[in-house]
Amino acid sequence: MALLTVDDLRVTFPTRQGPSEVVRGVSFTLGRERLGIVGESGSGKSQTGRAILGLTPPPGRATARQLVFDGIDLNRASPRDWRGLRGGRMSMVMQDPKYSLNPVMTVGRQIMEALKFHGRLSGADKRRRALDMLDAVQIRDPERVFAAYPHELSGGMGQRAMIAMMLVAEPDLLIADEPTSALDVTVQVEVLRILDRLVTDRGMGLIFISHDLRLVSSFCDRVLVMYAGRMVEELRAADLHLARHPYTRGLLNCLPDLDHDRHPLPTLERQADWAR
Amino acid sequence: MTPLIDIRDLDVRFTAGASQVHAVRGLSLTVAEGESFGLVGESGSGKSTVLRAICGLAPTWDGTILIGGRALPPRRGPEFFRQVQMVFQDPYASLHPRHTVDRVLSEPLAIHGFSDRETRVERALEEVGLGRGFRFRYPHQLSGGQRQRVAIARALILEPRVLLLDEPTSALDASIQAEVLNLLDRLRTERGLTYIMVSHDLAVVAHMCDRLLVMQHGQGVEELTRAALRARAATSPYTQALLEASRGYTAA
Repeated sequence: MALLTVDDLRVTFPTRQGPSEVVRGVSFTLGRERLGIVGESGSGKSQTGRAILGLTPPPGRATARQLVFDGIDLNRASPRDWRGLRGGRMSMVMQDPKYSLNPVMTVGRQIMEALKFHGRLSGADKRRRALDMLDAVQIRDPERVFAAYPHELSGGMGQRAMIAMMLVAEPDLLIADEPTSALDVTVQVEVLRILDRLVTDRGMGLIFISHDLRLVSSFCDRVLVMYAGRMVEELRAADLHLARHPYTRGLLNCLPDLDHDRHPLPTLERQADWAR
Repeated sequence: MTPLIDIRDLDVRFTAGASQVHAVRGLSLTVAEGESFGLVGESGSGKSTVLRAICGLAPTWDGTILIGGRALPPRRGPEFFRQVQMVFQDPYASLHPRHTVDRVLSEPLAIHGFSDRETRVERALEEVGLGRGFRFRYPHQLSGGQRQRVAIARALILEPRVLLLDEPTSALDASIQAEVLNLLDRLRTERGLTYIMVSHDLAVVAHMCDRLLVMQHGQGVEELTRAALRARAATSPYTQALLEASRGYTAA
């Protein structure tokens, strides 16, 4: 059975010019796999991820014909049900650790807080679980990071601390919104390796949201391409070069390439009917 | 032939109270006229600080910076800014939110005492592919790519010989990046400009630059030509790691 079923997801924000639909009928199912959602800024990829966790910021509204997580109908979930799921069974890693960690709380306390709402553990157990998790995300000195405040960590360390916090409750579904975009390339690979291991070893479902088509295709099993709130194409990552939609092809084509000299670079001619 | 830009033993330190950061440590490089030179490195490697030291935005530096064979004075005068201009990374932060495009472009002309401002502003907008319709807009009425075009027009309006480009496309979407890179390429050919471009993206640097210097911890690690980069002929382990990482994710 699919871990997550999304059918006809729509997200709407009221504006002065009337309602603006930023996600327009996205449908997919997710198993215990790595699914990439790719698009440029404003394509609705982040709003898709937030809507799945019921985190559409008001006054925006998310609706779906079907939104089912592991047999639970999220359309009918009360705020209390949502709170029971979020952070425990489904969680989200945001782009920038600088803005998503609590600046006045040590990393260790923040990780232990994630455990507080999910299962009854003694303080010593929580501490041990938190330290183990920090170790699992390849932090060399877990004790130091446990006691550190977010500003005392580098970007890569902060991002790993946040991943540790999201994973300590062992979620079944993780939504990662540009988890590595703020990181240097060499650190990026390490963070991806951690996520990869969680999918393979624990059977977690991962939705990886990114603007970087090449990175996503090298990391994920399947890729959804979004444009102007719509899914324009769904592909197996290995078949990216077989992409049919002119937007996907154009996006791949306009990237500079280490091995080929192309002057000028091909640019993307946007067609009005892609957004229709 | 003397290089247009010649940097020798550049050292930049930042002091805050008792702590000191040694951001650039004994860096040397030369760039010939009309060449495009890349500085590559990860965050904190000091690559942007080199550009800031050249144009006088780093408070304390040691060493020699020669432009056209002449050593830079401690304080840059108007003569310097006629020759060297900079384009910053974030077009959302580098344009004044309450100044129109017209005002952004006219200000350098007023400072340097140009008389035919009207025609120069219009020509600069045409050259970066925006057209006159954009002249009286505010930055919030422009997209990221359009803002970066305004920033490039602002840098070019004094007709400098050197452009210092600090990650000019890293805040832009891939399709917009292609347009801005093409624009920079065309302007360099048409005007015989010299570029120093800072980027963390090896593919972008390989596309734009003839030669590049890889930086780590404030020092130059390795200098490579574009051909050597393509042949993966990097000798330092750090450059090899960067090249490996630029291929995307590979299962260990």
